[in-house]
Parts: sequence; C-alpha cells; structure tokens
Amino acid sequence: MVVLAIGPGTVTVVALLLIVLALVYYLVSTILSLSTITKGLDEVIASVTEIIEKSAPVNDVVDAINGQLDAGVDLLEGLLVKKAGLVDAVGLVDGLYPGAAAAGFRNFPESTSIEAPRVSEVYTKGTLTLARLGREAPIAAANPAGPVLRNVEGGSLAARLLYPSVRHTAPPELPRSPVIGTDAPVQYEQRDDIGAPRKRLPASRVGGG
Amino acid sequence: MTLWWIGDAVLLVVVLPVVVYLLHGVLGAARSIVPSVRAIAATAAAGSKDLDATALLLTTQSQVEQTVAGVANYGGSLDVIIDDAE
Repeated sequence: MVVLAIGPGTVTVVALLLIVLALVYYLVSTILSLSTITKGLDEVIASVTEIIEKSAPVNDVVDAINGQLDAGVDLLEGLLVKKAGLVDAVGLVDGLYPGAAAAGFRNFPESTSIEAPRVSEVYTKGTLTLARLGREAPIAAANPAGPVLRNVEGGSLAARLLYPSVRHTAPPELPRSPVIGTDAPVQYEQRDDIGAPRKRLPASRVGGG
Repeated sequence: MTLWWIGDAVLLVVVLPVVVYLLHGVLGAARSIVPSVRAIAATAAAGSKDLDATALLLTTQSQVEQTVAGVANYGGSLDVIIDDAE
C-alpha cells in the first residue's frame, strides 16, 4: 500500500528534483566544456597575436625586395634591348625561355606585338650564351646573310664531319677484311719450331764461365 | 486531484525528456567544439613558429641589394664594352 501513500504532491517534487538534477548535470558539463574552449581560444589568441607581430614588417621588407628586383629587371631589359635591339632581344629571351615573347618586356609594351625570331631553332643555347657576350663572340664572325650554323632538321652531316672517320664520306671501295681459315686465298706455312722441344744452351754459357 | 496527477504525468513524460534532450544537445555541441579549438590552437602555434624565420628577410633584403648593385655595376661595364645595336 505504499503506492497509495504517494500523493500527487510527492510525484511533483520527485519530478522537479529529476529535472533539477538533469539541469545541474548537463549545465555543469557544458560549463566545463566552455571553460576548456575558453582556454583553447586564449592559446589561439596568443598565437595569432604572435603571428600578427611577426608578420607586421614582412610587407615593407618584401616591397623593398620587389623594388630592388624590379630595378634589376629594368636594368637588364634596357641593356639587352640597347645592345641587341628590340627584335633580337625578344628572340633571345624567347629562345632561352620558350613562350616568354608573348609576355614581352615590361618597359617595352611594343615588344608584345613583335613576332619573335626563332633564334633557338638556328643556334644552340650555348651559341646564344656566346651571343649574349657581345659581338666579338664566334657567332658574329659568320655572315648573318649566309646559311645557318646549325640546321636542326637536316644538319646531321655537319655534326658527323667533326669526327675522323671516312665511312660517312661514302668512298667507292674500302679495303676488305682478310679471309682466314683452310679455304683462305693466302695460306701460311706452319713453323717447325712451334711445339718442338726447346733448344738447350751450351753448359759453359749456362754456368756463367 | 486528478488534474494534479495529470500534471505530474505531463511533467515526467513530456517536460523531463524534453529538458534532458535539449541539454544533451547543448552539451554535445559544446564538447564537439573542444577538439576543433585544440586543433586551431595547435595550427596557430605552428604558424607562429613558422614565422620565426621572418627575421631572415632582412638578410635577404640586404643580399638582394648587394646583388642588384653588382648587376648594375656589371651592366654598366657591359654598356661601355659592347656596341649598341643601332
């Protein structure tokens, strides 16, 4: 008859107690989690503050470096165009860095509309390097109106002529290789001393006198 | 009396489960933030450490200045030695 002793007021109190207990458990757990989050965010804020402090001068320094490099690029572009001419300069740059002619030179806007001469198809990169050294380079010794120094499509003979061989010159007849064996046209007599006992020297010479 | 019993039933069957469900959701959300915050803190610390080399930019700047100065001197000499194109 215990059930009958429990009235609606008791049930209300128990229900409210359960609700309060649930509130306490979950709210305390939430508070602990929020405290952990706060500590983590404090660490984040400290690290972000360090990042801001460390990266503050980067912009100015990088701007200064870019300014110096821009000055260097302007200098080299100007020198190259002055010495080689705008068209050849574009060809040289495009030969060393294929596709660079489309970008052109920064200080020469008209360089983007120039059809770059195909310097790299005529001269090797080493020759281009020599060409950049000046007009005293070997490339300048040849007549610019003459044939190219290296034909990439049909210039293999020019390279083969560098080697001391006569076969690539297609002579009418080369000396044939010798024929050996029993059917060889030239037979040699066998020497008698081969396989015979070795001759003994006189005892006086062996003994040393 | 009957209404009171009905109120108790509603309290136990409806209100308590709803309160527990909502609080459980809040706690789950709060706990799910913790690993993210820890990961962010670790990332920020690593990012700050990566920027320790920022001071070397000053050395880079100095070396770039010296290099460009050398290139300028070399270019000046080439300008004197080599004939102009036109």
